[in-house]
Parts: sequence; structure tokens; C-alpha cells
Amino acid sequence: MIGVSLKGLAGRKLRALLTALAIILGVAMVSGTYVLTDTIDKAFSQIFQETYANTDAVVNGRGADIEFQGESTATPPIPEEILEQVQSVSSVEAAAGTVFDQRDAKILTKEGKAVNTNGAPSFGFGLDTSEEASRFNPLKLLDGTWADEAGEVVIDSGTADREGYAIGDKVQISTLEPAEEFEIVGLAQYGNTDSLGNATFAAFTISEAQRLLHRDGQLDAVSVAARDGVTPTALVKDLRSELPGDVVNVRTGLEQADEDAESAEFTTFIRYFLLAFAGIALFVGAFVIFNTLSITVAQRTREFATLRTLGASRRQVLGSVILEALVIGLLSAIIGLFAGLGLAIGLNELFKALNLELPSTDTVFATRTIVVSLLIGTVVTVLAGLFPAIRATRVPPIAAVREGAELPKSRLAPLAPYFAIVTIAIAVALLGLAMFKDDLATAPRLLSIAGGVLLLFLGVALISSRVVRPIARVVGWPATQIGGVAGRLAKENSMRNPARTAATAAALMIGVALVTFVGVLANGMKESNRGAIEDQVQADYVVTAQDGFSPFVAGAGDALEEAGVGETVTPVRSELGKIDDEAQYVTGIDPDSIAETYAFEWQDGSNAVLAELGRDGAIVAKGFADDNDLRVGSPLELLAPNGSTALLEVKAVYEPPPFFPLLGAVSVGRELFDSLYERPRNQYVFVNVEGSASAAATKELETAVADFPDAKVQTREGWIKQQDEDFNTFLTMLYVLLALSVIVSLFGMVNTLVLSVFERTRELGMLRAVGMTRRQIRRMVRHESVITALIGTALGLPLGIFLAALVTQALGQFDLRFEVPYSLLVVFAVIAIVVGIVAAIAPARRAARLNVLEALQYE
Amino acid sequence: MRSWLDYTVEVNVNAVAPATTDGREQAAKAAVVSARDVTRQYGEGETAVQAVRGISLDVKQGELTAIMGPSGSGKSTLMHILAGLDKPTSGEVSIAGSTITALDDNALTKVRRKHIGFIFQFFNLLPMLTAEENIVLPLELAGRKYDRAWVDQVIGKVGLSDRRKHRPSELSGGQQQRVAIARALASRPTIMFADEPTGNLDSKTSAEILDVLRESVEEYGQTTVMVTHDPNAAAIGHRTLFLADGLIVKELHGASAHDLIVAIDEVGSA
Ligand SMILES: Nc1ncnc2c1ncn2[C@@H]1O[C@H](COP(=O)(O)OP(=O)(O)OP(=O)(O)O)[C@@H](O)[C@H]1O
Ligand SMILES: [Mg+2]
Repeated sequence: MIGVSLKGLAGRKLRALLTALAIILGVAMVSGTYVLTDTIDKAFSQIFQETYANTDAVVNGRGADIEFQGESTATPPIPEEILEQVQSVSSVEAAAGTVFDQRDAKILTKEGKAVNTNGAPSFGFGLDTSEEASRFNPLKLLDGTWADEAGEVVIDSGTADREGYAIGDKVQISTLEPAEEFEIVGLAQYGNTDSLGNATFAAFTISEAQRLLHRDGQLDAVSVAARDGVTPTALVKDLRSELPGDVVNVRTGLEQADEDAESAEFTTFIRYFLLAFAGIALFVGAFVIFNTLSITVAQRTREFATLRTLGASRRQVLGSVILEALVIGLLSAIIGLFAGLGLAIGLNELFKALNLELPSTDTVFATRTIVVSLLIGTVVTVLAGLFPAIRATRVPPIAAVREGAELPKSRLAPLAPYFAIVTIAIAVALLGLAMFKDDLATAPRLLSIAGGVLLLFLGVALISSRVVRPIARVVGWPATQIGGVAGRLAKENSMRNPARTAATAAALMIGVALVTFVGVLANGMKESNRGAIEDQVQADYVVTAQDGFSPFVAGAGDALEEAGVGETVTPVRSELGKIDDEAQYVTGIDPDSIAETYAFEWQDGSNAVLAELGRDGAIVAKGFADDNDLRVGSPLELLAPNGSTALLEVKAVYEPPPFFPLLGAVSVGRELFDSLYERPRNQYVFVNVEGSASAAATKELETAVADFPDAKVQTREGWIKQQDEDFNTFLTMLYVLLALSVIVSLFGMVNTLVLSVFERTRELGMLRAVGMTRRQIRRMVRHESVITALIGTALGLPLGIFLAALVTQALGQFDLRFEVPYSLLVVFAVIAIVVGIVAAIAPARRAARLNVLEALQYE
Repeated sequence: MRSWLDYTVEVNVNAVAPATTDGREQAAKAAVVSARDVTRQYGEGETAVQAVRGISLDVKQGELTAIMGPSGSGKSTLMHILAGLDKPTSGEVSIAGSTITALDDNALTKVRRKHIGFIFQFFNLLPMLTAEENIVLPLELAGRKYDRAWVDQVIGKVGLSDRRKHRPSELSGGQQQRVAIARALASRPTIMFADEPTGNLDSKTSAEILDVLRESVEEYGQTTVMVTHDPNAAAIGHRTLFLADGLIVKELHGASAHDLIVAIDEVGSA
């Protein structure tokens, strides 16, 4: 019996391959995701391990550990004298100091703009490159020499490649000081990591770095190596006892590496993000497998019946179909596993194309990747094949001798609609629970969303065979008008086996629904974003960092103020701080001018309050005030990262638009802010010019910040558009990833058509014999395919809109708008038609090529 | 565990009992298949069709029974019921002494493996298997260790020794039917059923196939029930049953093709 199924499979190679494709893509996505994220992970851990490879202990500044939504504040510096103190400790073999900054050393392109790292760090280093200290140096010099004097710099080879810099070239680098010119004396990489992704670095001498990064007489860290025989723990103990504990923190190199690596957890996010799409592709693949096997089982009714008459038991028939699924699954999984290696490169390129380069090193192909890929591909295929296999066992032996014997209907078939309704009800209940129940942890919430969506698709797919006829009648109408008799037959064909058409369409439905969901939701988000900005910002211009969101040097704002171009120039500072022990964004505003550019929606207070802010007044956002029971007059304690605190009093409460509040939970006067944060940065600088925004005004503003290449001058409208564009980049990525599942459903359509053509060989021969041209045959198959695609779209669009409406409702507290982008939906429908046409190419050609005589004799 | 029947079959095979046309000699042997008051109705009410109206018969060990009758007279229906492929509306069928009409699917499968061989009008070979693989398929399905020598002998008997490795698509209709006969014989079934085995073949090929069938009865004592429209086919049988309108209307023993043609006319006009 095993031989029978294997030989049968071998006899249907093309069909088996088409079936396999459906699962190969999903598995490739799983394996590709693992390969990619493992490689990124390794690159990261290499970075951290290598940084501290020869470092037994690290001494750095003691500050308040403030972390909020993945952002954390920089550790404060330590006085330079600490280095000498460390060197004098008896268990210390060697020690070296470093100046280190993550975001202010911006390398400029040849056009004079800061290299956009898209949020990745732009490191600035001051390194001790002497012989004794070389063991602590995390960088590996690839070419040239280390910076030896002021005016020299070593940059990372990745940036040099991308921006066309070579040793000996001059490069502009802006720091906390305006941009200056440096000579590139060397190129380096971070340890053995080939690429740092979008991150850049510039390494100067220590004294140069101290000047540029405002660390006069200070260091950011001291790396220490122990004498032979002294363990790192013992060394840390010695250092702790010798150094002032209120100023410094001492950790072993390993502890420090772990501490740093925690910030790299975002690869976990990328992993789950991509795996979610792999899951969708596999789910769609399961539909395709289910459908293909159902069709082949139906077509092999006679074969199964013959086997039964020859003494095959039901179990043997069941086993043979499952074995077939198992073999297809395993083969697909193996192919998918290796295809994943290629896909990992593709995914990396996708991220790169969207300007999100990730660090990389040698490709990691972990055992876990192999095991998970093989298992998931096989299990999904076998599960999808289970139902067709069970149906095959229902074939009675007598079908062997009956003409045109059909697969008997499952005994559960009459219950299917009820089952579908129950499934949909459970799905909606799960979704409702996930979205509207407040006290639910993230994990169960995500699980019930995923489960709900999955069940919803299943339920709709189950019921869809009932709606195929009415939908086909509507979406098939154009075909009957433009396709003539071929179109009419196509419509009839799509209706004659509703279950088959439904399952084929359902696979496409899933992709269409998800794309629609994303499109509708994204449209709402764009609208909400625009609304939020228009409600808050009254300025003509908004100056931001090049990437639009990172805080940037305060100097740019100062330059604008000094230039006197604008009527009003209001810098808005932003940093993290702790308020009553809770990390929050704190904003520093200019009380005299903020009201001219930012519209406060006062709950309790007025613009007049701004003048009274002084050094102890605070304005708080309503949400934060409600959560913490604050009202006008309440006291507040603000803790800055360097450990200093300020006692404040709430002067006013305002309500920013929940979708995109521009200011932090707490806003204080700029003067106080600057005294708490030693290197204050602006998130925005709002500028009002005389008259309204104009090209001339833009030019003047740009000239004013010319020395601050990270500053970007945009009109309010320009800023909104820029954000839409950045968001579109992200959307494009989602669409590309969802396209994968659409491609899987396309294979499903090809499969169904090929099988139908095969099944109707005789009928096609007859049609040709009575005068149908090849062209008409092709047209007939093509129209049937398009009708199936349109059925999928007709089911998917409303489903996607429904899901988007549900999520919009659930995100009510963020004031998310719900606006259906109708033109976009038309685009999706057109794409679905194209998918239908593409799917029909090969089957239509096959049908048209049939030899009339042979087809008529075909049994 | 062996039933008495296995034993008899083996004895028969080894003895190569010559078939005779003498009805009285056959009567001494045991009935391997018997039907009692079998009826079969298709559909309900207005559209109900009485395909079999009440038939009782016994098929004896080593006997070749031909069933003839006009189209729609219920021949196939009766044969399917005898073979356990279909259930009668009323009445009872037993094979090798045990009633099969009430058996569940698993038990029926076992009966099929042990006692029944089929030859179909459209051959019903599995296209992806070679001739030889098709022939041993029932043995492999049963999971028994089988007698290679016997299989070789059967393949030789049907004249396919040089076609073992060919697939059905590479064989002529007559050769395909030979594969089907070998497949039925390979498991030494208690009884072999054939529904119009020559219905799809030309007269020359039909004659060859009938020779093979006759030899299998004569040399191996293979009990056989064959439905046919062809008097030449029925003429190789020990007896011929005539069906009309779901009833046995005539029974001939050792009739020649000519006798049968006469009888067909009588039954047809009856
Ligand atoms: N599955 C079925 N459903 C309904 N009626 C049936 C079915 N199978 C057979 N019949 C009817 O039962 C009657 C007997 O059919 P059966 O196939 O046994 O005839 P037959 O003698 O084998 O005919 P033929 O020589 O044409 O093969 C016919 O009237 C036929 O229409
Ligand atoms: Mg018949």
C-alpha cells in the first residue's frame, strides 16, 4: 500500500509539485525568518561580547536608570581622575578610558546632509589607541591608522562604502559642536561584525572627543583588566572599595555585556513579526493543500473503490492519502528550509530597500531552524490532508463498477452551515474579548486575536460554498457580457462545484482581507495623525532631526533664534525623566512663545498660566493627570537621569489629541529643563515666519541651520506629508509580506484550474469538436479563474473592512479614525483580477492544446 | 487459523481437479456462495425500481456459473449483492458458510481479502503500477506472506511472463484483462466474480480471455460467477442462469452457444 501511494504520487509529479509550492513558501518564510534573525542576533551578541572580550570590569557613571517604551537615557559621565584612581588599585593590570556617545556624532554625506540612520545609533568614540590599551578597543582597524591628533577620524567601512569616502578624504562631522571637517585616516569595523546595519561610527582621539561631545575632563567609561590570578568578581570588589560609590558603577565585563545586549531585544520583535506572516502564508497554504487533496481524492474515487474491492481496508485507504500528504509535506518542508536561506537574503534586502539595514555577520543556520521548519511543513500538510483522507475512506467498493461514481457526501455535510455559524460566533466572541476586555495580559490578548481571526476565516470559508452561486452570478455577469459563450460557460463552470470554488476563493480571501484590513487601518491612522498635528501645531515650520523623530542638538534651535529669521522660534526639548517613580517623557517648553505655535486644549488653565511656569511649575497632560490623581496645585517630583530632582507644582492640565500628543506627560519651563539635563536636545523647533511659509523663508531657515546638518526644515504640511511617506514605507513592507500569502493562494488557483481541466478533458474535447476555438477555450478558463478571484475579493474586502472597524473601535481611546479608502480597494480588486488572469495562463494553455480526438476517447 | 474452506481450496488446487460438465457430480460438492430470497430495490415510492425481486441460488465449489439476461434485468445488481459490494433490501447471502449480509465494513474487507476475486469490464487496473505489481496488490493489501511460485505460475498461465514490468497504458485491452484475471487468481479466492469480462474486447481477444478463464476453472478448480451478454462466453460455463425483470427465469446446464442463443430469444421475448 505504501508503494501504491508513493507510485501514485510519482505519477502525478506536476500536481504534487504545484501542491507542494503552497507549503514551500510558508516554510521558506519560517526558515528565512529564523536564519535572518539568528544572524542579526549573532551580530549583536558578537558586538557586545567583543566589546568586553578582554575587559574584566567596567566603571561608568551612576545615574537614575530610566527606561520608557524601549528608550533609555544615557549613563552620566565620570570625572577623568577616576582613571588614575583605577590604575592605582593593586589588582589592576591595565585600564583605559573611553568617551562614548550614541547619537550626536553625525557623519555628513558629500551633499552636506547627515547620514540618515533611521533611528539606529550614530556612535561617536574617543578611544585610547595606545599599545597597552588596544585590548579594550572594540573596533578593528581594516585599513589606515587610528586617529592620532585633533582633526583626524576613523569611520566605519560600511558608511565609507555607502557614501563614497576613502582614506585621505575630508569628511564633515557634526557633533554637539557645529559640523567640522576631519581627515579620514582609517577605516574600521566593529569587532568581527561585517555590518552594523544603519548605524555609523566616528572614532576620534580622546581629547578631541571630549571637546566635540562636551566631555571636558570627563570620560564615559573606564575598561579594566585584572592582574593574573585576580577574578573579575574580585576585581570589581576591589574597585568598588576604592572608588566613590555615589559617582560610579562597577560591573564585570560580562555583566556589562548582558546589560547592553538587553537593548538588542528588538530582534525578538522582528522574529515574531515575520513569523506572523509565515503563519499566515502557512494557513493559506493549508487551505490550498486541503483543496487540492480534496479534488484529487474526488477524482480518484474509482481508484479507491477498486482498492477496496481488492481487499484494502478503510484504514489502508486513510493511510495511503495521509502518507501522500506526509511525503508532500516533508518534501516541501525540505525545499522550503533551503529556500529560506535565499529568502533571508531577500528579506534583508527588503529591509535595506526600506532603509532599515540590520547588522549582519556570517549566516547562522541553527538546528532549531531545521527542526521547526521540517516539523511545521509536515504537520500543516498532514493536518490539511486529514479531512480529504477521511473522505477517501467513505468511498464504497461498489463505486469501482459504477459509471461516474461520485465521492459520497460526508455525513457531517448537512451540519456544515451550523458549524460555520458557531465557528464565526466563537471567532467574533474571541475578537471582542481581546479588544474590549480591559484587564487582559498582552499574551492572551494577542492569542485570542490570532485565534479569533483564524476562526473567522475558517468560518467564512466553511459557509462560503453556500454563497458561491449568488456571488458568482453577480461577479460572473461581466464575463457573460464580454466573453460571449466562453464567458457564459466560465460562469457555469465556477458554479458547478461550489465547494471547490469556495475553497479556492477562500485562500485568496484571506490575503485580500488582510491587505484590506491593513489598508483601511493605515488610512485611518494617517487621517488621525494629520488631524492630531493640525489640531496642535500652529507654526508655519517644524524643524526636526533628519529622521523626523530623534531629538537633535539644541544648538540648531539656538542658531534659528539668533538668526532672527522667524517671527517666533520655540524649541521644544524632550528627554526621559522619572515622575513619582514612573518613567515618562518630559518636555521643556519656552513659556513666552509656545502658545503662538502650539495650541493647548486647556482642561483647567489657560495660556496665561504659561507665564507663571517659572522654575517649579508644570503643565500635565490630562491622561497622565487622571492616572495619577493630579489636579492644579498637586505637587510632583521629577527625577533626571543624572540623579538631580526638582519639586514641581501642577499649574494647568490640558488634553492633547490621544493619537499623537506632541508634548510629553509633563512639560516644564525650558530654563528648569536645561538645568536638569546637561546636554538638552530638541525634539522640535516650531517657527513662525512673517506672512506664511514660502520658498524664500524656507531658504532663509535652511541657511540658518546650515551648520547643523541633522536639522531638517519643513513646513507643517511638508512634515505631515513626510510622516505619511515614512509610514507608507512601513506599509509597503506589510504589503510585500502579505503578498506572499496572495502568491500562495495563486498557486491554489492554478492547482484547481489544472485539476478541473484534467477532469473535464472529455468535455473540452466535445466543445472543440462542436466548434469551439482554442482561443475560446482559453478565454473560458481565464474567465473562470477571474470569477474565482472576484469571489475571493467579494468575501475578503468586507471581511477586512469589518476587522479594521473592530480594531478601530477597540483603539477608541486613541481617537483612531475610520475612513475606508475606496480607491485603494478598487486597486486591490484590480490586483485580484490580475491574479486570476495570471493563474489561468498555464491551465488555459493546457486546455487549449488538448488533441480533440484523444480528449474524446479519454476515460 | 484455517477454515475448512482454505483446506478444500488447497486440495483442489493441488489435485487440479478436472471440471466436468456433469451436473450430478457438481451437486455433490458444497455450495460456496448461497443466496436466499434476495431482493433489491433502488429508490423509494414512485421512482422505486425493483432490480432483484426474490432470487435464491447456490454456487458450488469448482463450478463456473454464467448469468445472462436482457439489459436492466438485474444481473449486475445480483452479482454485486453476491459479492458483498452491495446489500440486499431483503434476503441473505452467505459466502463460505458464513452470512455476509450483516457484516460491518472491516469484517467485509476481511471476507474480500480471503474469499473474493474480481474481474471488471473496464479492467480497473492502477495505472501507476506495473502488471506484476497490480497482480500482487491484493496479496500485499492483505499483508500476507505469499507464494512467489504460485504468482509466477499464474502470470505464466495468463500469458504475461514477458509483460511483467509493463504499465497498463503500455498493454492492449486483452492484456490488461489478463492482468486483471491474474490479479483475481493470485489470492486463490474462494470465488471469483466477473461482470462482462469480455464486454470491452473484440471477438478474437474475447476468445483468448475466455480460454484463460476456462483453464483457471479446469486446472485450478476456480469457482467463478460470470455475468455476460455473449453466448460464446456463457458456453464455457457449467450452467447458465437467465434473468429477466429481477427473477431467474431459466437455468441450463452444459449448454452450447447455440442452445444459449435459442434460450436468449425465448427469455427476451418472454
Ligand atoms: N444505482 C442505481 N440506482 C437506481 N437504479 C439502479 C441502480 N443500479 C441499477 N439500477 C436499476 O436496476 C435495474 C437493474 O440494473 P442492473 O445494472 O443490475 O442491470 P444489468 O442486468 O446488469 O444490465 P446491463 O446488461 O445493461 O448491465 C435497472 O433497471 C437499473 O436501471
Ligand atoms: Mg450490468
